[in-house]
Amino acid sequence: MITAEPYVALSLILFCLGLIGLMVRRNFITVLMSVELMFNAVNINLIAFSFRLGDLAGQVLAIFVITVAAAEAAIGLGLIIALVRLKDTVALDQANEMRG
Amino acid sequence: MDFLVANIEAIVFYAVAALTIAGGIGVISFKNPVHSALALLGTFVMVAVLFILRHAEFLAAVQVLVYAGGIMVLYLFVIMLSRIKDLRSEQVFLSGVAPLAILGGVLLGALVAVGILLGTMAVGDGGAAAMQAVGDQMPGNTEAVGWVLYTKYLVPFEVVSVVLLVAMIGAIVFGRRDAELVAPGEGVES
Repeated sequence: MITAEPYVALSLILFCLGLIGLMVRRNFITVLMSVELMFNAVNINLIAFSFRLGDLAGQVLAIFVITVAAAEAAIGLGLIIALVRLKDTVALDQANEMRG
Repeated sequence: MDFLVANIEAIVFYAVAALTIAGGIGVISFKNPVHSALALLGTFVMVAVLFILRHAEFLAAVQVLVYAGGIMVLYLFVIMLSRIKDLRSEQVFLSGVAPLAILGGVLLGALVAVGILLGTMAVGDGGAAAMQAVGDQMPGNTEAVGWVLYTKYLVPFEVVSVVLLVAMIGAIVFGRRDAELVAPGEGVES
């Protein structure tokens, strides 16, 4: 019988991988995929604690997270299309008009 | 053989967890976005297996249908639509930021790991029964999730539908061909 701790550790590793990808990658599409990794890590955490506590609220919250992830994907991919149309590239350091 | 039967859940968990992490590393390290997307697909399916291990069967189905079926196809379409060949010869990582960011990510991971080790996990025995019960009946996980979702969490459910509507409008506005997209410097002088 596996307890919640290995799930939380896995979720932590996956979240940090997503965070590193979010910060270091240059390709906008890969950055969005890293955000999806972080969403999945959060879902693993929610499911693990839902099982641990015997409370279905975690699973309902995970459904909401999946919904928000779908909305984020639609908006992010729309942004990529707009960026490609404007700058003809998906490299994030090419979009530097605001000097960020 | 007895060892296998007694520890089958642990064996499946650690195998799936290793594949999940491998997929995550693939997502952030593959140079070609198509390869990253396929690694992400593997991660999604493995996370669905983890959901089944934690008796969240409905969410496992949602994970496969929405993530692997919907979001993944959307990503692949956008990768095909945008010209990725331009990027392939250039550098993969943002120069200068990469070592600092990796250090920051690892530090955050270590910090939270220490927090997990020092703090006590939430108490409770939980178990599979609570994941399938509605009242004193046991109709199954889908019915139980639906019951909680449409009674206790009805208002958040409706709010999330507004979020989806806003996202849809935003995606349409970004994707419009006649939208005013003018690069700085070549703007219209009036």
